[in-house]
Amino acid sequence: MVTYVFLVAAAVAVLFSVFAIALRSPVLNVLSLVVVFFAMAAIFALLGMDFLAAIQIIVYSGAILVLFLFVIMLLNIRSVERLGSGRALQAGLGALTAIGLGIAIVAAVSTLSPAPGADLPGSAAGGTVVLIGRALLGSHLFAFEFITLVLVAAIVSAVYLARRESR
Amino acid sequence: MWWAEILVIGIKLAMLLAILLTTVPVMVWVERRGSALIQDRLGPNRVGPFGLLQPVVDAVKLITKENLVPDNVNRFLFVLAPAMALTVALSTAIAVPFGNDSGLELFGQPIRGFIVAPDLNIGILYIFAIASLGVYATVLAGWSSNNKYSLYGGIRASAQTISYELAMTISVVGVLMAAGSLHLHQVVESQAGTWLGVLPRWNVCTQLVGAITFMVAVFAETNRLPFDLPEAEAELVSGYLTEYSSMKYAAFFMGEYVHMTVAAMLMTVLFFGGWTLPWIDLSFVGWLGAVASILIFGAKVAFFLWFFVWVRWTLPRFRFDQLMALGWKVMVPLSVLNFLWVGTAIAMGIL
Repeated sequence: MVTYVFLVAAAVAVLFSVFAIALRSPVLNVLSLVVVFFAMAAIFALLGMDFLAAIQIIVYSGAILVLFLFVIMLLNIRSVERLGSGRALQAGLGALTAIGLGIAIVAAVSTLSPAPGADLPGSAAGGTVVLIGRALLGSHLFAFEFITLVLVAAIVSAVYLARRESR
Repeated sequence: MWWAEILVIGIKLAMLLAILLTTVPVMVWVERRGSALIQDRLGPNRVGPFGLLQPVVDAVKLITKENLVPDNVNRFLFVLAPAMALTVALSTAIAVPFGNDSGLELFGQPIRGFIVAPDLNIGILYIFAIASLGVYATVLAGWSSNNKYSLYGGIRASAQTISYELAMTISVVGVLMAAGSLHLHQVVESQAGTWLGVLPRWNVCTQLVGAITFMVAVFAETNRLPFDLPEAEAELVSGYLTEYSSMKYAAFFMGEYVHMTVAAMLMTVLFFGGWTLPWIDLSFVGWLGAVASILIFGAKVAFFLWFFVWVRWTLPRFRFDQLMALGWKVMVPLSVLNFLWVGTAIAMGIL
């Protein structure tokens, strides 16, 4: 059962990733990406990572992609021009890099994956919320606080840039 | 026993759908008669006793109207948008517990507080995740209509939803901290009993600021007056709804009312103790107890639904810059203040 759901979710993710690049209408590209993130959230949920699945949808589908859509609508882009005319060298290097990266990821994942039947962290009682919370505010506290610092700096600089423009 | 599991989920889903979809016509009637009451008019009183059959007539009118699709719209997105609006609104409801069951079983399956969704530990996060997709419906409706008023409506809707989502989420964090869980069933159970000896332990008493910010944010999220700027008819014809007619319009309309119902349910669960009553310790044993808890919960939800109508016909509409200023300069700081208060109270041991 889990395998079939995974296969469907994975197929949807791959198919709509292609749509996200290949379709001509930028609005449809963004919507395809929403579907991809949903499929990925389904895979997270299958792995017992319920918290991650919800966060995936809240952060990416609910916030970031809405901003993408917002920009597309404000600039009123109706269609994108087809990219990659000519430049055979560029296309070849790009394809090579993509294939290399793909092989590297598959190799890395196949050595890292847990043995069949191993317990996933999400199957612990109480779900992953407690685990992630303890990890963020326990063993990874410094990194967590540091990231918040970086984010605050980013917000302050964004506000600063926006102010200068309106002067 | 996979068939029993599916059967029980199906029964719960049917119950929930029946509740949500009958709320829509009832609320239409309440809205029309309620607005008449507030404005000292009679309201629709011709069809059936007290005009009770008016929603039926309205529905027939909407169904039989010509299903118009203007020429220059993006057809696919134009049809997708109302479908999304209704789907998103209905999907949020499946993680809300609407009754207490004291461990009842049906065909050997636990009922788990009548929550339809599988037993994930993220109840409230799931609701926020799905609800955050509601903005796509309005944005796409506005953009695909290929009409400047629709586009303005869509852009306003997205700006408003994103702004108020922040305050809404932060004000809920206090509740989750007090309950120590994301499970809505446990959130309700944490609100039983009294606080400081006298007050009911409802979150509205222990964190009043959070309750107010959540309420205001919910009004903005459901696009209800005084925050219905996306469809402000005095400025934007009808905002993103301008080009919609017939059932596509009805889908948006139903979506809004279902959204309102879910918001009232969340208000009840998060801040008003769900099915618990103040000063009375009810244990809700057996099926009778389950029905009693659903009735108490329903009464509270009904009050908040009326509150939505009441506010809509009492307060005037904001201006858009006032709306954004309120969202960012008042709501967000207030909700953070509530968050700090809950943290302090928990640290001091008074919560």
